[in-house]
Amino acid sequence: MQSFIDAYSWLNMRYLIEGLGVTVLVSVASIIGSYVIGAILGIIRYVNIRFLSPLVGLFIDIIRNLPLLLIIFFTYFGLPNLGLRPSSIWATIIAMVIFESTMLAEIVRSGIQAVPKGQMEGARASGLSYWQAMWHIILPQAMKKMIPAIVSQFISLIKDTSLATIIVLPDLMHNAQIIYGQNTNYILPMFLMLAIMYFIVCYILSVISRRLEKRLGSTRKQAA
Amino acid sequence: MTTIFAHYGSELLQGFGQTLLCSVISLFFSLIIGSMFAIFETTPIKFLRVIARIYIEIFRNIPLLVITMFFYVVIPLYLFKIDGFTAGTIGLTIYTSAFIAETVRAGINSVDPGQMEGSRANGLSWWQSMRYIVLPQAFRYVIPPLGNQFINLVKNSSVLAFVAGFDLMYQGNVIASDSLSTMSTYVCVGLLYLIITLPLSYWMRYLEKRLA
Amino acid sequence: MKKVIRTIGLLISSFAVLLLLASCGTPLSKQNVVTRAEETNTLTWGVKADTKLFGLMDVKDGQIKGFEVDLAKALTKQILGPKGKAQFVQVTSSTRMPLLQNGNIDAIIATMTITPERAKQVDFSRSYFDAGQSLLVKNGSPIHNIKDLNHSGRTVLGVVGSNSVQNVAKAAPKARVLQLSDYAQAMTALKSGQGDALTTDNGILYGMAVENPGYSVVGGTFTKEPYGIATRKGQGDFQKKIAKALTEVEKSGQYNKLLAKWFSNVPGFNYKEMER
Repeated sequence: MQSFIDAYSWLNMRYLIEGLGVTVLVSVASIIGSYVIGAILGIIRYVNIRFLSPLVGLFIDIIRNLPLLLIIFFTYFGLPNLGLRPSSIWATIIAMVIFESTMLAEIVRSGIQAVPKGQMEGARASGLSYWQAMWHIILPQAMKKMIPAIVSQFISLIKDTSLATIIVLPDLMHNAQIIYGQNTNYILPMFLMLAIMYFIVCYILSVISRRLEKRLGSTRKQAA
Repeated sequence: MTTIFAHYGSELLQGFGQTLLCSVISLFFSLIIGSMFAIFETTPIKFLRVIARIYIEIFRNIPLLVITMFFYVVIPLYLFKIDGFTAGTIGLTIYTSAFIAETVRAGINSVDPGQMEGSRANGLSWWQSMRYIVLPQAFRYVIPPLGNQFINLVKNSSVLAFVAGFDLMYQGNVIASDSLSTMSTYVCVGLLYLIITLPLSYWMRYLEKRLA
Repeated sequence: MKKVIRTIGLLISSFAVLLLLASCGTPLSKQNVVTRAEETNTLTWGVKADTKLFGLMDVKDGQIKGFEVDLAKALTKQILGPKGKAQFVQVTSSTRMPLLQNGNIDAIIATMTITPERAKQVDFSRSYFDAGQSLLVKNGSPIHNIKDLNHSGRTVLGVVGSNSVQNVAKAAPKARVLQLSDYAQAMTALKSGQGDALTTDNGILYGMAVENPGYSVVGGTFTKEPYGIATRKGQGDFQKKIAKALTEVEKSGQYNKLLAKWFSNVPGFNYKEMER
């Protein structure tokens, strides 16, 4: 029991919460970035531009089918070849954006496909250009259908951030490892706290996602 | 790249085998466990529904790495020794089973409830109707999502690298630091992952189209 | 069939595009470290953050502390003047070489042994610390030295990318070697009984023994492990500056002060022998 009290000291908890902050920060930055890029990729896939669309499709297929861990290594060790020196935080965000945007691209594409074709025709008939119609009419409607799936992706992002401890990202998992690495008695308390903290954040999000899903009345996509 | 294959071919091949082995074992057990909890969720018995809900919510919302490290570090500290490969496979099984449970449950729910009522009216018990009428239909719907879960499983098995599980990613890390050609090592590793995942994902897409 | 061929063709071409992308730009690894350091007034060092006495993360203030961190600060001041800033990037044994090669960091000062194999890939300074490989075991363990490990069924824990795993494979070929991603992980694995002994350099092991009562360093040293500061090949100017700075730090007595600061309280470790 004493080990639990010691393990959850003010200093250790503050260090864990700092780590949680990094986890959330990286996840939020990544989900925003990957939504923007994912939407672009998804639209390119949807409208079927010659050469570009198949190439994007292939890119999506390759990235989607690789382990995230590998993408993290590629960005962290590969970016300096392009003249950039990423910190582990930036490397993780970039890796996450590359990986998640391919996931979101597919979500965006099926979201657009779910919007009735008549919408586009109607918008075009009232004088909007194709891209205007896409941006102002189709995407907002598709967005509604996509929100639960995007929240699902956000949850897996938060969980997947833990993998970046391997390139020493100072996230929740890493900070817990630093703490229990310095004292055996803290191992069990730290694992419990890790589980609790991740669970609370992800569970709240999944409840939100379920609410939204009910309200918007669409089907949820599974994400692991 | 060819030099990496030439020098470290046997290590890469061993890693490839371990990755495949652990994915297949995990798929097998997580299918059983996942289906079990999916059935629990759809039974009329409230206690079983609550148990299933708790299991699914907990393991869907905790990172795979935390679950795996728990089995590698915490269990041996208090109970018995678990090696890296086993710890990784257990972690993967538990994590994936929560997702499979959701998938199978959605499949069961997509079967017309009239089917269950009809077969109950014909004198079959609840379990018999589930086993012979509902589940076979449900599984047809869930094959593509299950295939995608298997792809995720193969990708997620890279978590074994954290617990010295001798999988593809672990071998990749060892080779990268031994050969010092980091990028080409990881390109080789990536190609080997794609050999498993890419055909599977194209096949699943084909199945999805055919079922739709 | 046509479709399959086209897909494969696309696959290969996109890989080629990726490789092409990776090969353009001005790689950081090609720039002159000294010129850039003088412009930015900063040197970026790769240090350990999980190794007590050498480089360990302090939970209280989030700073990395240790002998190597202090030495790197002193060397930076020598090279860039009193206003020079030392920046630290946490590395592990498996990430330090790629990070240096790719230009994420300027130099490695992270318990890295000078070996002929590594010297083909990077340039080393002369040794700044002479360690030797040893074993850490739980008190009361049947393992007393490296020979006790040379039986099938024995498992030794090490860290990916450290040369200690290669040494132990030579000294105890029958033992199984498990490579974890860093020392914190390896120590946790030892505590969880995943291996019979943890092997690496004595300095690191003494640090672990200080932190973990119930574990001790046994068997003396069975190799010589001189630690060097590693830089990319072709950074001769930078190596010269480091060599000069190291000599200055040793002459001024700063080196001995740092040695005493970190190693004077370590039981079983004779730091006086190491003074320069």
